[in-house]
Order: sequence, then C-alpha cells, then structure tokens
Amino acid sequence: MSPFPFLTTLVLLPAGAALVVAILPSGLGERRRRIAAQVIGLAGALGTLALAATIAVRFNIKDAGYQMVSDHAWARSLGVSWYLGVDGISLFLVLLAALLFPVALVAARTRTNLHSYMAWMLLLEAVCIGSFISLDLILFFVFFEASLVPIYFIITGWGFEKRSAAAMKFFVYTFLGSAFLFVGIVVLALIHQHDTGVLTFSLPVLAHTHMPYYVQVLLFLSFTAAFAVKSPVFPFHTWSPDAYAEAPTGGSVVLAAVMAKMGTYGIIRFDLNLFPKASIDLAPLLLTLGVAGIIYGAIVACTQKDLKRMVAYSSLSHIGFIVLGVFALTSEGMAGGVIQMVNHGLIIAVLFLAIGWIYERTATRDVSRLKGLQKPAPLLAALFTVGMLAAIGLPGLNGFVGEFLILLGTFITHRWWAVVAATGVILAALYMLWAYQQAFHGKPEEEAVKRTKDISWPELLVMAPLVGLVIFLGVYPKPVLDRITPSVERLVQRADRAAGVHQPLLSRKVALPASRLHVQHAAHTPGAAVSGYTGYVGASRLRSFWTASPVGSAGVSSAGVGTGALTSAATGNVQYGWTPYGSSRIRHALPYASLLGIASPFYPGGSADRHLGLVTPLTSHCCVAIAGSDTVR
Amino acid sequence: MMAGTLLATLTIPHLDYTAVLPEIILVGGALFIMLVTSLSRKSMGTVSSMGWTVVAACVALGFSIYQWVGVTAHGGHSAYVAFGGSIAVDGFSSMVAVIVSSSVVVAALMEEGWLRRQGRVSPEMHMLTLVSAAGAMLMAAANDLIVVFLGLEIMSIGLYVLAAYDYRRKESGEAALKYLILGGFSSAIFLYGIALTYGATGTTNLAGIASYLSRNILLHDGLLLAGMALLLVGLCFKVAAAPFHLWAPDVYQGSPSPATGYMAAVAKIGGFAALLRIFVSALGSYRADWQPAIWVIAAVTLVVGAVMALVQTDVKRMLAYSSINHAGFILLGVAAASTAGVSASLYYLFVYSFMVMGSFAVVSVVGGSSDDAHSLASYRGLHRRSPWLAWTLTLMLIAQAGIPFTTGFMAKLEVLTASIGAHVTWLAVVAMVTAAVAAFFYLRVVLLMFSTAPASGGVAPMEAIPAVVGAMSSAGTFPGKASYEDGGPSEVGEYLRVADTPADYPVEGVAYDIGAGYRYDQRKGAEGEDGGDGGEELVLHGGEMDGDRDSGGEAIYIAPSVGVAMAICACFTVFFGIIPGPLTTMAHAATMLIR
Repeated sequence: MSPFPFLTTLVLLPAGAALVVAILPSGLGERRRRIAAQVIGLAGALGTLALAATIAVRFNIKDAGYQMVSDHAWARSLGVSWYLGVDGISLFLVLLAALLFPVALVAARTRTNLHSYMAWMLLLEAVCIGSFISLDLILFFVFFEASLVPIYFIITGWGFEKRSAAAMKFFVYTFLGSAFLFVGIVVLALIHQHDTGVLTFSLPVLAHTHMPYYVQVLLFLSFTAAFAVKSPVFPFHTWSPDAYAEAPTGGSVVLAAVMAKMGTYGIIRFDLNLFPKASIDLAPLLLTLGVAGIIYGAIVACTQKDLKRMVAYSSLSHIGFIVLGVFALTSEGMAGGVIQMVNHGLIIAVLFLAIGWIYERTATRDVSRLKGLQKPAPLLAALFTVGMLAAIGLPGLNGFVGEFLILLGTFITHRWWAVVAATGVILAALYMLWAYQQAFHGKPEEEAVKRTKDISWPELLVMAPLVGLVIFLGVYPKPVLDRITPSVERLVQRADRAAGVHQPLLSRKVALPASRLHVQHAAHTPGAAVSGYTGYVGASRLRSFWTASPVGSAGVSSAGVGTGALTSAATGNVQYGWTPYGSSRIRHALPYASLLGIASPFYPGGSADRHLGLVTPLTSHCCVAIAGSDTVR
Repeated sequence: MMAGTLLATLTIPHLDYTAVLPEIILVGGALFIMLVTSLSRKSMGTVSSMGWTVVAACVALGFSIYQWVGVTAHGGHSAYVAFGGSIAVDGFSSMVAVIVSSSVVVAALMEEGWLRRQGRVSPEMHMLTLVSAAGAMLMAAANDLIVVFLGLEIMSIGLYVLAAYDYRRKESGEAALKYLILGGFSSAIFLYGIALTYGATGTTNLAGIASYLSRNILLHDGLLLAGMALLLVGLCFKVAAAPFHLWAPDVYQGSPSPATGYMAAVAKIGGFAALLRIFVSALGSYRADWQPAIWVIAAVTLVVGAVMALVQTDVKRMLAYSSINHAGFILLGVAAASTAGVSASLYYLFVYSFMVMGSFAVVSVVGGSSDDAHSLASYRGLHRRSPWLAWTLTLMLIAQAGIPFTTGFMAKLEVLTASIGAHVTWLAVVAMVTAAVAAFFYLRVVLLMFSTAPASGGVAPMEAIPAVVGAMSSAGTFPGKASYEDGGPSEVGEYLRVADTPADYPVEGVAYDIGAGYRYDQRKGAEGEDGGDGGEELVLHGGEMDGDRDSGGEAIYIAPSVGVAMAICACFTVFFGIIPGPLTTMAHAATMLIR
C-alpha cells in the first residue's frame, strides 16, 4: 500500500486534462485555443508519463504480486470496486501507453479542431491505462468498452476516406465480442457468489472460484472471444486493416500499439488467471490461430500496395507471435509474449509515424508511387528502416528479443507450431523488404516524391525516444525481463498447478528427443562456438531451401551466406548468454548483429537488399535450431 | 339476491388519502390548470402551464421522496396498505412515483418547447401529461387488479389524446386511432384476464391472490393459467413487447415528438410496474408457468427490436424499435422473478426514462416547427448546425447502447446479473448480442450527425447494412478490397484531404471551401463533450460558408425549456453513470418491500 494513490492519479490525470481541454471556452479565439489545448494536453500527457516513470522506479522488482494497490467500493450493491494494481506484466504496458500518447499527440498535427482531438486522445489514454491496471473485472470491462468511444470519434473525426465505415465496423465488431465477455464476467461472479455468498468482481478473489470443467471451458471461450477480437487474433481480425488504415496517424498509433494490447493483455491477465485448466487444454486451438495469423497476416501483407495496410497486416502477424508465446505456457514464451507486446507497440508506432509523415509530404501511401523516397529523405528512410528491421526481428533490435523468446518458449512445449511460426519471420522479411525496396529505392519519378523534405528536428525529437528504445531493448532487455519474469513465472506455475502438469521449463533442462534439425552433433559441446555452429547448420539447410524457392533466389549470393553465417554465430552467442536471464555475454554478442543489420541498408545500390534478404530469415531459422539444441542439452 | 348480498356486505373502508397523495397532487395540478383556463378569459400561456405542471410534479416528487423515506425508515416495516388493501404504500410504489414525477418534469419542459415551435397556446397538453402520470403511479401503487386496471385506463386515455395532439398532421390522428383501438383491445384482454383470475382465486386483491395460491393447490388450474396469459398479453401490449409491439412504430412516429418521448417512458414505467406487481409478487408461486413465456417474449422482443431498427429510415421509428429492444432488456429482469430482477427492472426503468426523453427532446427540436423532419437525412451534419443537439443526442444514444460511464451500462449490468442469477444465461447472451446490433444503428445516427457531407440522398439503410455486414465478414479477409460505401465517402474524404495535406500542396478550391466552412462552424462551439448546458438560448447558423447544402439548413433554435430538459437528462445520465451508488441502492431497497 503506497500512501500516495499513484494508480488512481495515473488514470485521473489524463482524464482531467481531457476535461479541461474539452471545455476550453470558444471565446479564447481559434489560435489561442489551439495553443492552450496543445500546452494543457501535452502537460497532461507528459505528467502522466512522469508519473508512470515514477511508478516504474518505485516498482519492487522482487514482488511477483500486485503493487501499489488501491481498492475502493464503487457500486457497493453490485460488488463493483475501484480496484487498481500493477505487476510486472502490466507495468510495461502502462509505460508504453504513457510514452506513446504524448508521441501521438505531438506527431499527428491535425489542422482542424485540435482541442477536441486532444481531448479525445487524453480520454483514451486514461481509459487505456485504466484497463491495464484494473483488477476488478467490471472495472476492466468498463475501461475496455469505454475505449471504443474516443477512438470511434478520433477515426470518424480525423480519419481518411472510408473512415465512417471503418469506425463503424470496428465499433460494432468489438462491441459484439465484448458482449460475450460481459456475460462471462457476470456468470463467473455469480458462480462465486453461489459458492461463497459474496458478490465480487475482484480478480484475485475470483481466481479461486471452483467450477465444473465445462463451465470453465465455456467461460474461457467467452472471455477469449472478446480478447481475440480486440487483439485481433486471426479469424476475428477483419476490422483491423480498415481501422488501422483509415484512422489518422495518431489514432493508428494508439490503436495498434496500445489498444490492441488490451486484448493480449486480457488473455494473460484474465484467461490464464481465471481459467488455467481450460487455457492449457485449449492452448493448441489458440496456438493454431496464432500461427495461422502469423502466416496469413504475412502472406496478405505481401500483396498490399498501401504501406499502411501492409503494416496493418504485419501487425496481425506480430500479434500472432504474442498469442503463440502466451499459449506456449512456458515462462520463456510468456515473458517473450509480454515483452513483445511492448516491442510491437514501439515498432508499429515508429512505422505508422513514418508512414504518416510520408503521407503528409507526398499525399500517397502507394508503394509504387513512392519510388525513390530514399534520395530526397534519407533520414526518414533510415528511421523507417530501423522500424522495419525491428519488425522483421533482426538481432540487436527489440523485435528479435521477443520473437526469439517466444519461439524458444513455444519450441519447448509445442515444437511444430514454433517451426511453422518461424516461417512467418521469413515472410516478414519478404514483405517488409519488398515494400521498402519499392518505396525507397530507385530513382524518384513522381514530382511530389522529388520535392519531399526530409524530417525536421521536432519530428526527429519525437522519433528519437522510440528508436532509442527499439535499439536499447534489442541490446539490453534485461531490466525489462527482470521485472516481467517474476509475475510471469508465478502465472505459469499457477497454470501448471491447476492443470496438474509439469511444464518442461528450459531451466530444468528436460531432455527431449533429438531434434530433426540434426543439432545433436553440437549438443554436448557447450559454448558459443557450438551455438554458432548449430546456427550455421541451420543456415546451410535454409540456404538449400532458399535456393529452391523462386522468391528468394535474389538473396543467394556468397555475400549473403557470409552474412548469414556471421549473424548466426552472433545469435548463438545471444542465446547462450540468455539462460538464465541476462548473462553478461549478451552485451558482447548483440552489437555485432545489430551493426550488421542496421548498416546494411546504407550500402549503396541494390546489394544491400540482398544482404538483408538473407540475414533475417536466417536468424529466425537459427532461433528454432538453437532452441532445439538447448532442449537437447 | 346477489346484489342484495353484495350491498349488505359492502363496507366503506377507511380512506387514507395520504397514501395516494402524489396521484392527488398530479390530478389536482391538472384540474387547477383546467380551471384557470376555463375561468379566465385568456387561455393560460404555455410557459405558465408548464410552470404549474413542473410545480405540481416537483411537489409530487417531494412527497414521493418523503413517502420513500417513511416506508424505508425501519427496514421496510413501515410499508402499509390503504383503501381496504387495494393500495400499497411501499418502497416499490414510492420509487415508481419518484420516477414518474421526475419524468413529468422533463416532459413538461419538452412539451413547452414543442407548443412554442408550433405556435400553439394549449395548456391541455400539460394537463393530459399530469393525468396520465397519475395513472402510471396508480398502476405501481395498486394492490388490486381492479385498481391496476383503473390506473392503466387513466394512463392510456391521457396518452391516446396526447398522440392525437398534433392536429395539423394527419399521421398524428392516425397514430392516435391506432393506439386507441389496439390499446382498447389490450385493455379488454387485460380485463378478461382479471375476470378469469378472479374466477380461479376468488379475489382481485394481489395479496389475496398470493395468499390463496400459497394455501391452496389448484388441481385444475386451467382457468388461472388462461387468466395469467391474458394479463400477460394485455400488459405486453402496453410495454410494446413483441409480438404485441406492432402499434409502437406507427404511434411513435405519428405522435408529437415530446409526447412520444413521454409515452415511451411513462407507458413502460406503468406497464412494467404492473407486470412486476402482478407476476412477481401476486403470481410468484406460479413462476414456473409464466417464466418460460416471458423468456420467449423477451428473446423475441430483443431480436425484433434490434433487427427491425436496422432498416428504419425515420429516426422516430428507429427509436421506437430501440425502445422495443429496451423492453426486452427490462423483461429480462421481470423473467428473473427475483429480488435482483425487480431491482434491476426498476433501475432500468428509471434510467431509461431519462435516456429516451433526452433523445426525444433532441428529436423534437431537430423535427422543426412542423415536427416532421425525422428522416435520417435530416440528421446529416447536425453537429455543424448545432453542436449542443448533436452532443446531447450522441450521449443519449451511446447511453442507450450501454457504453460505460453512462447509466445505460449499469442498467445492462443489473439486468444481466439478475438474468444470469436466475440461470437464464442464454437469454443474457441473446440480449448482449442484440445490444451489439443496436450499437450499430445508434452509431449510424451519430455518424450522420458528425458527417460533413451534404444531404444528397441521405443514407439508405437497406443498402448500407448489407454492405457493412458484408464488409465485416469478408472485406477484411481479402486484401485491398474494401467494398463498402457510406452515403458519400468522396465528399467526406475531400475535406479530410484538405485537412491532412500541408498547405504547400495544391487542393481543389471547392474542397478547400468546405474545409474552411467546417472550421468556421467548429469554432462556434464544439467544446461540449458533456452535452448541453442548455440554459441559454442557442441560435446557431450553420453552413453559411459552404453554400448551405444541408436539408435543414435553417437556424436551429433551442427553446430554453427544451435546453433545460436536455441538460437534466444528460446530467442524470452521466452523473449516475459515474456514481451509480445512490440509484442502485435505491432500487435494491425498493424491492424488499413488495407486499
């Protein structure tokens, strides 16, 4: 119990700022009102960020439970309470939201009606943060639902051409999903009331509800329906490309980076806590949907001409990874899932911001019309590249950390899902690099592209913290993992206990049958070289696959193989240094890989593409290979 | 011989007039207005008749609260019956009295604005409002089937005349005739139900019926079951539950808008109060027989309300179907037949009456002086013409959709809890799915209000729905194929491209003008998130700069009274949405006192 109600303030501060901005009198005059809205809005958002940072500093790293809890009755007769708390899983989502909202406020320079835009955004921030820290199911649902209204008005008010239909589809779809969640919450609470006589919606209390197995399964499905729509998980995703593409830049950023996380967060926080047995039994279903999302999102992203839609589909693919990691139900996988939520938020924010700025300058997002953007705007291209490479999962950037842990964790329990999912990484390289080549390389042809100005200092300033974090978390994720891990392990143990199964945790070195990747040669020789070798084995096998497939033929060159092998070695090191979390070796290994990856796009001419084309798929494949090697060892 | 026996046994019970004082105050107010109107040479002005109505309603409200405090003082033991057991004074009746008298306040304000727009001086409208409110109160206080019928008729006759009140439009007369004939039908059915129930139990007193059924087991209960069925049908007519809802869309559309809002609120309050009294309280021991019937009716009502509203092009008809959907939700509480169910229904009725009257307050203003601009097209761009109206209606609609931080959310939570507590989870799922469907048509109105496109053609829902539904199921799965159109996306997009493109890129002059006009109007007052302070007169000239392409391009004048009505509804909806405690506690306390 902290004397100062940090969490309540965290919700009320942006909400209060929203209210102040909303009621700015029109008598001020348009210009002054704009300035006032900007100042108050930014102050509110930055104040929230500072508060979130304070919470992160005060966060007790050793405590796996909920911290800074505040609990007040809200509607007493209904058993609903204002019950907030933060743990390692929600901490970074709160930080992510607190960081991205000011960015979205600054970056999206809407011309009309700025103060209402600010007000809606701040309200959305309050609601998003509230949903991440509420420990009362109804309170969570309240925030979960209330988030629809501000984003609805942001999309319809400042969106692109088909915004009305997109916003409507998004709203109704999500509303339909949460209808099941609502019924599920009430059923759960009433079952608990029937047993104990106490009507409450408190998560820690309801986690001890005893119910028949079939009820647990039904409730799991009803909860998951809402979360799957919100995330979105594969067959429920149809609203997302439209909503992401039609929303204004700031709206897309918060929609994809923060709001989508409500779904995956809900799965971790509620599904696994409340229905551990059902979660374990139905994990294959969700894993399959996750993998289907990874592959489907990647394939569809390959066919997109619109940059923003491409990124929207890539987001579907990445959410698939998060789901995969969570339902691997290993602490590695889940920690990977949680950190990947943060990573994906940062990456997609970078990409959407860059695309937004490109659109502002050229009035198009069509990759074929953007040809040669790199020439007039090299810095913008570089920033986009960092985001893109992180999205691909290049070592040294944050996307890799999450995807690696996820694949590792999944491989332990559900090997074939991990293997199939890893191909998603290859496809990610394909569509991202493809789009990048089309949009940035070559000679500019369109007049608008030629006249494009490179990004300005303020824009760089906005992007800097995001890109900095993308690199920082890729190189040194330990501080984040240290805080996530206790909560995640507790959750996994809880699920294990409930199911009466003993998950093969990596740290326990459970021997599995030899992997088909023939890594057993290397298995008994510890050390970096071994992993590097293993990686190389993977790489060479991949190469043969790569040669056979027509799409990748461009990537086969001696240079490509060399790069691939080098990267493999680097990743091997990384992996070795990682179990258990954060050995010092990581610091030596990763910079090489990152340097390699980041430097490549700056090579002149087209050869850079060829390097890149190989680097990423290889690393991804190595992940699987290495994961295999470790389990064998 | 029979008559002689009756006369011999007829005793005049002790008449405790304080038991029905709220009703007396309302009827007294109506009589006062009538008296003044007929005695003075000049007819009473709309403002003063509104004033007297509000005063009467406020006094009734005050006394209802006083009564509430009295009967709930000693843990509910102070509830009593009067008039020989035919009137119950308990938490339930006094809470309904509170609900009804507060709706009269809002209705009186709305009606004043309507009369003024029509240019009519006609205090009878307020008078009828007062009288029918007294009827609704009586239905809730009734502890005898005959008194229920009495209340039902008093309420209905007032509403029939209110429906016909707009003599300039023939739809109004048509609506009233329809309402009268079908209402008469349902009253007759109800009366027949009373007769059969009396035949089966030997009494019309609700407490008497309950105690008879608890003491006797009817070997041949066909008569009672038939009576119950008829009572149910009669009341379902009144609350517009499907399949007895057919009158509602026509009557809602034809009646003057404020009367529609009032009717939607008060007829539901009275009807559901009677349903709860008769079925949950008196026939509670037969719940195994009537519950399944109400489940089916509730499910059908929910689905019909939500689905039929989708295809309406008239906002009043849409709201009629939406009120049918809400009736389904309230039936969930009735069907639960539990304390939680009764409290949920009461709470729902309370907050719903404000939501629906707030909506119709806006509808009556947008309808214009002839009260006929109710097509969806006339809501296009309302935000530019009058942000206050647009924001208030938005608030009311999202509250009806059940979005958190409005009373609508808590109401849905309450009825769902009751329904699931009674192990009717499937019905709760049906209800929430229809709520999602309902969200679609509420949002369609919101979209239209905030759209900037001209009114050409409006939205044809028959085309829009399949498109959006189709888009939901398929468009996303096929990359790059977004196959829906929304009434005029190109115009919508034009303005936005202006907004999002930096000035150094050329844009078409027309589009730029639209953008400028839009900004101009935005500046005039779009700051209201919380909808309507309404106390001041707001005259907003919309679309001056963009060539006035909206159908209702004229200035929208919000009369102060309507502004106050909207403000009351908006504040109520938001305040008790954020702080639900007082109302839920009140509703919970009201249920323990039924006798």
